[in-house]
Order: sequence, then structure tokens, then C-alpha cells
Amino acid sequence: MSATEAATAEEANEHRPSSGETVRRIVQGDLSSVRVVLGLVLIAVIFQVQESRFLSAENLTNLMLQITTIGLISVGIVYVLLLGEIDLSVGAVSGLSAAVMAVLSVNHGWNAYLAIGAGVATGAAIGCLQGSLFSRFVVPSFVVTLAGLLAWEGALLQVLGKTGSLNINDPKITGLANIFYSDTVGWIFAAVIIGAYGAAVAVGYRRRVAAGLGDTNAVSQIVRFVFVAAIVIAAVAILNSDRGVPLAVMILLAFVVGMEYVAKQTTFGRHVYAVGGNAEAARRAGIRVNRVRVAVFTISGTMAAIGGVMAASRLFAVNQNSGGNELLLLAIAGPVIAGTSLFGGRGSVWTALLGALVIGSISNGMDLLSLSSAVKLMVTGGVLLLAVLVDAVARQQRQTSGRV
Amino acid sequence: MADGTPLLELEGVSKRFGPVQALDRVDFAVHAGEVIGLVGDNGAGKSTLVKAIAGIYAPDEGKIRFEGEEVRIKGPQDATELGIATVYQDLALCDNLDVVANLFLGREQVSAGPGQVSRQLDEVKMEHETADLLSNLAVTIPSLRSEVGTLSGGQRQQVAVARSLLGEPKVVLLDEPTAALGVPQTKQVLELIRRLRERNLGVVVISHNLADVFAVADRVFVLRLGRSAGEFKAEETTEEHVVGAITGVGDGGERDQQAEEGEKS
Repeated sequence: MSATEAATAEEANEHRPSSGETVRRIVQGDLSSVRVVLGLVLIAVIFQVQESRFLSAENLTNLMLQITTIGLISVGIVYVLLLGEIDLSVGAVSGLSAAVMAVLSVNHGWNAYLAIGAGVATGAAIGCLQGSLFSRFVVPSFVVTLAGLLAWEGALLQVLGKTGSLNINDPKITGLANIFYSDTVGWIFAAVIIGAYGAAVAVGYRRRVAAGLGDTNAVSQIVRFVFVAAIVIAAVAILNSDRGVPLAVMILLAFVVGMEYVAKQTTFGRHVYAVGGNAEAARRAGIRVNRVRVAVFTISGTMAAIGGVMAASRLFAVNQNSGGNELLLLAIAGPVIAGTSLFGGRGSVWTALLGALVIGSISNGMDLLSLSSAVKLMVTGGVLLLAVLVDAVARQQRQTSGRV
Repeated sequence: MADGTPLLELEGVSKRFGPVQALDRVDFAVHAGEVIGLVGDNGAGKSTLVKAIAGIYAPDEGKIRFEGEEVRIKGPQDATELGIATVYQDLALCDNLDVVANLFLGREQVSAGPGQVSRQLDEVKMEHETADLLSNLAVTIPSLRSEVGTLSGGQRQQVAVARSLLGEPKVVLLDEPTAALGVPQTKQVLELIRRLRERNLGVVVISHNLADVFAVADRVFVLRLGRSAGEFKAEETTEEHVVGAITGVGDGGERDQQAEEGEKS
């Protein structure tokens, strides 16, 4: 928006989104999810042209299974990014938590659910510790979690002992990533999801109208509902034509939806955005800033642990590489690619899923094309750089043109 | 207007910072439905006075009375509970949140029913109340759902003032509300200050801009080097007189006479 346009808009005291403004919003990141979906379509087209297996039901099911771990870890990362902080320890935490679970289950014969609970609790405790150190001593989160990255990596080796690897055979744990539901159950899931979403939209709309805030456009609500319903139906149809809806996908979706709800609809979520936007303003408004910070790092550790459990389940094992390699960086890159700002206060939990899809698709497509990991890493790095540059440019434009 | 018991009254308030006497036995009062312009040169003690009222600094000596009763304001919370709201110059808004979210920041409305468990926000109620409050104050914002960062300086100032009213205060302290605003935006903010007076609030406006002070204030209170340097009824004085009091040139007998008049009430 140019200065003159902005001035006219202010004089008119009206908010009329023109088509030009919609384009601006896409570019500047308000509608960054649209930008990412377009990017996903582009990626799909490119790989499909080169390799017809890319969009097959089997490969799409594999893709969903591949992104579960990274998506779950990214959910926690989104919260940390909303604060304008960073958590470099999530990869190591996911490995350590999975190792704790595996040792308790395999070596000590613990009940599967207790072992999983202990693994997740490990991640939560680590996150809480790191968050407390960061907020109590005002050390940059970068440094605290970098120390964590090293320390928990060491703890992973320690827990695994001399063998350096543990095979998991409890079906309750391995089932997490390897159970597929029958077609019927899949369709029931679809019906429940669509019904719940429709009910939420309808109730929200009716409340707004009842309160005299009828500015919401009914047509746009219906379009959104139809769009979501179509995606759900298409996804279930595709998954059903292969092995069925995987439990892992439902777990990922449940966490994305649940944590998006917490971020956008609850007082706690509002405070996370406030602290990320202006910590001093949040403090003066009576928000306990340090509590929010500790809670967010606890969430990050917990989600990392859950991601680690899913990775171990899919691999049937925990080894010295668990949670290692580029997992950490991809988990941070995903939400950023999909539009969550590194500078805090802007973003959504959906970007965890979208970002994981982008990164997962690129990696999956290049695997199908049998490209070397050298190429894979360079391409992924390029995509991340591009996404961060777009974010930075969007931020600059907001600052120069946003304020009248 | 300056009749009856003052809403807020300071008597002989002093504050020292090491060797600097920031406030020296200052007497000050604000009544309901009255706008006081608090003026003075840099370092005259305006901010210290406001911070003493807002509970940020505890005065070394002196008494503070609120609605005739002596009170101790030990922290910002005490001031808020008494009904004293402060709008600081840097506004303390979250640019990434919308108008509704900023207004209710730290006192979000939680919806009834099952959502209560997760402390679910009652957005509809908050938006409704925001719309009511802003229309009462005749504040026009393009969209209550626009991010505060995209608003103009004047609109941001109005949001900050409106936010201070949510706690139903009796006294509102405004720190340089018109600084860095253009002419039309300054007009809007001054208009808003007049509406605060209509709501029977006691308003204290700190400003460097005497034209703005004279546009809204009923009384002008001058601080100089930490001391009370005169108190004028806005309609009975001129900018020259006030400037004289600010700079310490020509504040003679008139000052004492005016000041006593204020204290008797």
C-alpha cells in the first residue's frame, strides 16, 4: 500500500480489501499460508513430471509417515518462534526421550504406555529446565539450548550404553507409526472431522451475528468449509486406496489442531503472542512473562519427545543417530518456510504441518529421483534461505508501509 | 469545577535520587471532571510526579490522599486498584495483536461453558465491548481486527487511552499524549481527553506543547526544578505567564495567590 492510498483509506475510515491488497497480503505474509500451498502445488507438479510415482497413493502415504516426526517437533518449535526465541535442543531431546522410553521398555520390561509416558516426561522436564534457565538468568535461549544440544546428545549415548542401539519390539510402541485403519474407520474419521469443523464454524458465525458483529461474510465461511471438507475427503480417499489412514497421521493432526486451538483461542496462547510481540507491554499488562516462557519451552521439549517416540516407533529402534543429523534444522526450517516469523509474534501452528509437508515433499521427491544427499541438502538449504528472505522482506515492508 | 474533595491530592510530596531533589514538597490536586495540564522544563519533575502517583516510585515524604483518604501506593498494582490508570509515552501496545487483543491484554474475557477449562477467549464478548467502548469515546478505528502496528500514531494513542479505561479508573494520567502526532491526529486525541472529562474522570496531561495544554486543560500546574512553580486557571491566564513560570522569569505574587486558591478548595 502506498502512502497516498493509506491516507485515503484512513480518511474513509473503512477497510475495503481490494484485489491489489490481497496480492499485497500474500506477498507480505499475512496470507503466507496461501503462498505455501502454491509452493506445494509447484513442488508436486515438478516432481510428478519427472517421476510419475510421486503422486501415487503409496508414495503420498509414505510422505505422510515421513513427516510425522518433523511435524510434531515443529509444533513445539512454532511456540518457541512465536516468543521470538529458538530451541536448538529439540533434536537431541527427541533422541534422548526415545532412548529413555526404549531402555525402560526393552531393558526394564516396563509397560509400553508407562515407558512412553516416561519418555515424554523426560522431554517436558528438559524443556522446563531450559526455559527456567533462560528466563531466570536472562541468558539467550540460543546459548542455553545449544548447551542442551550437546549435553542431551551425550546423555543419549550414555543411556544407550555400549551397544549404541536398542530394538523395540513392544507392538504397542511400534504400532504408533505402523497401524493403518480400515476404509470404514477412515471415513468415520473424515465424517467426524468435517462435522466438528462445520459445527465450530457455524456456532462461531451465529454467535457473531447474535452479538451484532455481523461483519463476517457468510459466503467466505461456506467456501472455507467446502474447501476443508474437500481436502479431508480427498486425503482419506487417497490414504484408503493404499494402506488406509495411518494412526501416525491422526496423532500429528490431533496435536496440530489442539495446539493451534491453544495458540489462537486461549488466554495462554494470547499471552504467548503478546510476549513475542512486545515483552515489556505484556509485563506491564500484568502477564507473568517468565511463566509464559517456561511453559513454552516445556511445550517445545514435550513435542520433541513425542516426535522422538514416533521416530523410534517407525524405525523399530533407537540408536546413536536418533534425533541427529539434520532433523533439528529441518524442524525449525519447516515453520519458517511456511510463514512463522523468526522475530516473534507472528505465525500459526498450521505452519508446522505445512512446512513439514514442503520439506518432506522435497526430500521424498529427490529420493524418488535417486538424487544424492549432497543435492538434497543444498536444495533444502536454498528453499529455507528463500523462505527466510521472503519473511524478512515482508517484515521490512510492514514496517515501511504498515504504519500510516 | 475545582470544588469539593479532590479525587487525588498530594501534600508536601518529596523525592530524592541521591543528590538530586527531583520533587520538593509538591502539593497537587485533581478533581473529578477536571483536566490538569502538568507542564515544566526537562528535569522539572513531571515524570517523577506521575510515577509517584502511579506507584513506580515511593515518595520519600508527604501524603497522598485518594477521595479524601490517605493512601499508600507501594506499587503499580496499588495504583490500579485505587482507580489510577497511566498511559505512558511509549504506549506499551503489542503491534502484532489486533485492537481487541490489545485492549484486553492481561484481562482477557474467558468464555463460559466447556471452554472455561482451557481458559478459552470469549472473542465475541471482547469485540462487542471494544466496539461499545470505542463508540462511546467516538474513536473511529478502520477495523477492530486490524493489527495495532498498522494504525496511525493518533489511533494508537486512542487505543492506549481506551485501554486504560477498561479498569474503570477515576484518575487517568497521560504522559505526552500528543508528542509526535500530526495536527489532525492531535485534534482527535485532544477530543478524546475532553470526553474523559465528560465522563467525570480526573485527567492529568503531561505535555511540552502549551498550545495543546491550553486547548484541553482547566488548570495548568507548573513544576520547576522539582518545586511547584504556579497553578493557573487556563481561561484566566496566557501562555506567556505559564512560560514565565516554567522558566522562572516573572512568576511573582500571582503564583502564590493562584496556588492558595487551589489549595483552599
